[in-house]
Amino acid sequence: MTSPAQAPPMIRMAGVDKFFGPLHVLKNVELEVPKGQVVVVLGPSGSGKSTLCRTINRLEPIDSGTIEVDGQPLPSEGKQLARLRADVGMVFQSFNLFAHKSIVDNVMLAPVKVRKTSTSEARKKAMELLERVGIANQAEKFPAQLSGGQQQRVAIARALAMNPKVMLFDEPTSALDPEMVQEVLDVMTTLASEGMTMLVVTHEMGFARKAADRVIFMADGEVVEDSTPTEFFSAPKSNRAKDFLGKILTH
Amino acid sequence: MSVLTNNIDLYLRAFGTTIQLFFFSAIGSLVLGTFLAMLRVSPVPVLRAAATTYVTLLRNTPLTLVFFFFLFAYPLLKILQLEPFPAAAVALTLYTSAFICEVVRSGINTVPVGQAEASRALGLTFSQMLSNVVLPQAVRSVVPPLVSTLIALLKNTTIAAGFSVAEAGSISYSLSEQGEDLLAGLAWVAVFFVVLVIPLTLLQRSLEKRWSVAR
Repeated sequence: MTSPAQAPPMIRMAGVDKFFGPLHVLKNVELEVPKGQVVVVLGPSGSGKSTLCRTINRLEPIDSGTIEVDGQPLPSEGKQLARLRADVGMVFQSFNLFAHKSIVDNVMLAPVKVRKTSTSEARKKAMELLERVGIANQAEKFPAQLSGGQQQRVAIARALAMNPKVMLFDEPTSALDPEMVQEVLDVMTTLASEGMTMLVVTHEMGFARKAADRVIFMADGEVVEDSTPTEFFSAPKSNRAKDFLGKILTH
Repeated sequence: MSVLTNNIDLYLRAFGTTIQLFFFSAIGSLVLGTFLAMLRVSPVPVLRAAATTYVTLLRNTPLTLVFFFFLFAYPLLKILQLEPFPAAAVALTLYTSAFICEVVRSGINTVPVGQAEASRALGLTFSQMLSNVVLPQAVRSVVPPLVSTLIALLKNTTIAAGFSVAEAGSISYSLSEQGEDLLAGLAWVAVFFVVLVIPLTLLQRSLEKRWSVAR
């Protein structure tokens, strides 16, 4: 593996500020994610972690600072931005599968329309990915006919179909019934172990401990801690992180 | 009944014209209306403003005045001379497209914002997102008002009779010239319209049924 000094980091955020009206949601955020690293972003709700995740593919434009993906600064709206987004996979809290398309068509759409892959090839790849996330037997159904956990696994397959350089997960298990959380985390853990660069906003501490190379703790729009999972969970440095972990552990 | 049997040729010819007028105007206004709806949700302010102005103008003007414009004012512009039938089809298309635009736009507003976000996150361009993800779902949610607008269009075609197009609305003129029973004659016109609307209603029902799972 190349050292971070030679290759550009997969994600680089420098001096990023973001406002929602008067609310300062991201405060001078500095973050570098090297290729192949799995970063879990933790923090109380309203800390800006989802916003952080959404700025990386410019679903939320930032007010100042720079964001680079694989050494390329984020272009403004238009064809170039679309091209960059094609390389950045994203998984949403609410799945957002295309409601009018079958499962396999959901996975095929972007490869066919954006990458101009032939339909037959895209279908073959889609079926392989669905096989990998364990939903191949549901390929012809519509999203509404699947459980939340299944829909989220399809959403991961849909993002992977574009061969992304990096995957963003915005609270992927927060909308799931408890018994379905594990099946989604299992897919994500496998992905992490295969070397995918991942930025995961989550409340799943188990996943953070098990799969993360690095934990970012955010509060009030700031990156408060940046450490390894072991360090973070056993010896948090800041009071806010101690407070946060305290609340979680009592539940 | 004798009014109908004596004038069956007149009825069939006139309703044939009505159906043609409806067909061309329906296709035209579905295409133009959808295009206008795309403009109204586009990120470009000038395009949004243009489409909004169009809708306000056409939707707020009586259809008869739109006809008057195309048959009497438009020829003065000496751009391209139109026969009464195409002129009527254009007038109906421009008028109805304003309504279709608003129906489609309300459909677009029912599509959850996450659908657009997922499309953008996958690298689809704005027009790819609209045509592959947003519009198909938008249309599915507005089938009943869309069909209602088309039914209104079908009946609005009768205005063309006042502008030298021999469609169903003109049947009464011919009947009164021949001294036929006008009331009975018009009752038959009504019956024909009721029958013509039935296929549209059936189309609505089958589309609603077909798309009930997929959204």
